Amino acid sequence: MAAPRHAIDWEALSLRLIFGALAAIAIVFLVGPTLIMLLTSFTASQSLKFPPDGLSLRWYLALLDADQMQAAAWNSLVVAFWTTVLSVVLGTAAALGIARGRSALARACDVLFMSPLLLPALAFGFAALIFIHKLGFSPNIPFLVLGHVVVCVPFVLRTTIAALSQLDPALLDASYSLGGGRLMTFRRVTLPLIAPGLGAGAFLAFMASFDNVPVSLFLADERTEMLPIHLWQQIETNLDVRTAAVSGLIVMFTLLLMLLAERLAGLTRQMR
Amino acid sequence: MTSSPTALLLPLAALFVAFFLAPLMVLLALSLSADTAGTSLTAANYLKFFTDRFNYSILWDTLLLGVKATLVCLVFGYPIAWICARASARWQSVLVFLVILPILTSVVVRTFAWIVILGRQGVLNQVALALHLTQEPLRLLYTEPGVIMVLAQVQMPLMVLPILAVLTKIDPNLADASRVLGAGEWRTLWRVTLPLSLPGVIAGCILTYSACVTAFVTQTLIGGARLIYMPLHIYQQAIGANNWPFAAAISVIFMIAVLAAVALLTLIGRKSETYGGA
Repeated sequence: MAAPRHAIDWEALSLRLIFGALAAIAIVFLVGPTLIMLLTSFTASQSLKFPPDGLSLRWYLALLDADQMQAAAWNSLVVAFWTTVLSVVLGTAAALGIARGRSALARACDVLFMSPLLLPALAFGFAALIFIHKLGFSPNIPFLVLGHVVVCVPFVLRTTIAALSQLDPALLDASYSLGGGRLMTFRRVTLPLIAPGLGAGAFLAFMASFDNVPVSLFLADERTEMLPIHLWQQIETNLDVRTAAVSGLIVMFTLLLMLLAERLAGLTRQMR
Repeated sequence: MTSSPTALLLPLAALFVAFFLAPLMVLLALSLSADTAGTSLTAANYLKFFTDRFNYSILWDTLLLGVKATLVCLVFGYPIAWICARASARWQSVLVFLVILPILTSVVVRTFAWIVILGRQGVLNQVALALHLTQEPLRLLYTEPGVIMVLAQVQMPLMVLPILAVLTKIDPNLADASRVLGAGEWRTLWRVTLPLSLPGVIAGCILTYSACVTAFVTQTLIGGARLIYMPLHIYQQAIGANNWPFAAAISVIFMIAVLAAVALLTLIGRKSETYGGA
């Protein structure tokens, strides 16, 4: 190394400083808003001001009487539950087909199943509404669930295909040569090994469905209010502090599920 | 094992044909008809869109909004991924956790948090006024810079994760070799690490871009009623004006535009891979 040492150090330092500063800003930017909103939701006053004027649980207690919001939250949970169940069952089967298949069909399906991630979901929601009308039906919960499955199944597919690609085929051969049938091999070998990937995918699909606005906007019938849409309308019309309390609950609920998913499925490893 | 892969694909393929491809075909058909019943074939809806400045400027604004928000994501997201890739396993988990925390928190909730921050009496204005950076409260809500800022935050994880995935796979010996050969840190970044991580950058840009242009909730809540982007335009025409054929045409145009942008990015990715040769 002929170059003078301190010159190289300056360069290394400047890179670390600039990248470090940008990353630090970005991290504050990523976490800050959620924290600020969480603190604001504990305000004792009528307005959404930060820092809050005094702390209290009054807006959380007010949620106990918010029937409309509770109904909306329940609807969203039910739809997210069925969406996750269907996405996991259909997604796992399809992931096995894509990971094992070398055919052009398997590759075409891969592209097709992933495309809802890139296409504007709102346009798909509208298309589904027209389609349902042309068939002579009106929007209802089963259709809503199917619409959610289309936009949520890519999450299950992505993590499950990644887990399958890590799977050593020798393990499957060993199982077959020891007389294990196809179903038994799947249940006793494949499934336990891909379970973390599958679990992470299921978690992502659940959150995506619970949070979905563009598809629910068109496919939910008039009597079925979904939580994110209810919140969206609340925020557009009047800034009610109860909205902040619901948001606070959603944040805490998400955090809890995330920690659980991290513990059980190694979420952060699955998402890379 | 020979016949099963195809059979396993069938259930989901059937759902996609029946409830994804079929609706899109119906959408396309409706966009080419004069009324909701779909009796006569016409290109009038498309002509209406491209001859009216109000309409095509919304498309242009939306596509440009995506470019701006994606660039902001890239400028801040790449350093996070870069630092993450160099961190110890423990810190890496913490950082990735912080990065994916926002994407899993409801978009409505995250956008709502920004309203508390960007409002006239929001945190940002309080800080700016206290530091005498401004004399009167800045207008951040219902402006394009506000929308870009919030979109960048909301979609940042989509940029960071693919870049991180590629960065962790790069052989660290390559950067060492570059340094041993006398290249400084910046030069190593520019000539070695960045080109090698380009597939991740492109993948991140594709995901971020398509998410930003279609981010209905963020666009409407932060942009307000005055800033109209394509998703709101579709919604207003479909539900507000009840003009389904025209809304269908806007939807088709929007989808094709997004797919074209994705295809362009993919093409750039392919070109850069063959050019880089590494």
